[in-house]
Amino acid sequence: MRQKVLVLYLANSALDAPTVAWAVYDGTGETRPMAGDNDKPPYRTGVDALKDGWRLFQAAQILPHHRGEEFDLAYLKYEFFFEKLVEAA
Amino acid sequence: MADLPLLGSLDMARFVARGFLRFDGVVPAEINDQFLTEAGEADYPKPGQKMMRTYGELLHRAQIPEVAAATPLSDAYPEGSAVARLLALPLVKGAIQSLVGAEPVFDHHFLHVTFPPAYYQAGGGEHVSQHTHQDSTIDPTAGFDLQIMYYPHKVTRDMGGTRFIPGTHLRRVSEVALGRYQNIAGQQHMVCEAGTLLFLHNGIWHGGGVNHSDRTRTMFKVRMNPSRPQVRLWDVEPKAQAQRPIFLVKTPQPETVESILMTSEPWFEQDTGRLEFVNRIKLWRHLTGDPTYDADYWMGRLENPARA
Repeated sequence: MRQKVLVLYLANSALDAPTVAWAVYDGTGETRPMAGDNDKPPYRTGVDALKDGWRLFQAAQILPHHRGEEFDLAYLKYEFFFEKLVEAA
Repeated sequence: MADLPLLGSLDMARFVARGFLRFDGVVPAEINDQFLTEAGEADYPKPGQKMMRTYGELLHRAQIPEVAAATPLSDAYPEGSAVARLLALPLVKGAIQSLVGAEPVFDHHFLHVTFPPAYYQAGGGEHVSQHTHQDSTIDPTAGFDLQIMYYPHKVTRDMGGTRFIPGTHLRRVSEVALGRYQNIAGQQHMVCEAGTLLFLHNGIWHGGGVNHSDRTRTMFKVRMNPSRPQVRLWDVEPKAQAQRPIFLVKTPQPETVESILMTSEPWFEQDTGRLEFVNRIKLWRHLTGDPTYDADYWMGRLENPARA
């Protein structure tokens, strides 16, 4: 078995929120996804990925904001990891 | 230099909001040709020769000087060299002065070359794009450095081009820690004619694209620091507008500094997109020297003294 990984960054913490960024990693070696390879998201929302058979295995926590740092922004907040397991050739 | 074409307030607002200004085809062909001659061409790699060695040999031969960091920019390039001539163009000089002042300090420069597939077939190595990153390291300062990317020849889509994501420059991240994000809504790929310049806030997220064409792609980057506070260095008119209606808006709004600062990017999260607006207001306050500046009441609501 090999793992394919899909990472979706959504517009808020809800799994049915719109996709704003994404990544794909392919453990089968059949494809070589890379930075900048697609300008259109593979799924409109996280729920659309579920409907296509992707299994959610991690979701970003919703964390409180430290006093004095409420306006500091860094990384994308709403990160969801999905996987598909496929038979190795 | 009284007649130097400084940036106007709307262009400054665009830079503050989106982190870049693009000037297409503004460098004359004569300077582009001179630069490409000075930069030189990479040799086709000998079988088994690593790509990095081929690249290193190109850099060694290029007629681009080694320059110590913190050198005055005006002393960095030999008179008559292509880069010196480029930096002396009135449009370039005016934009630099507007963003980082009249006497910026040279930080570093680099000749970025991306190679076509044949070079990897001969020399090995994986032919992939560069991970998206923010240059240098975590930057908590209020101001910014300017990075100029110079495209001396035409760049087509299959040549990769620099990928950048408008509006990401105010995020405080640690270089390529964000490399996991392969694609971001609204990302742009530089496709341009020869002689195009991209002026970037040092914080903007970017990366080199993969070159699928049959020729090398060359881009020259130079980073410069301000040598004085970045306050009111541009053509500051028009002044800030009074507050405008927000949320329930029935009439079309004219383009103003405020309308530009309050324009979202496609990748904005619904909540932190508002914090991006706040951070743009803070940067505009810094650049105008006006600690009371506000747009669309984001700060006025929070700074109401009755709520302190």
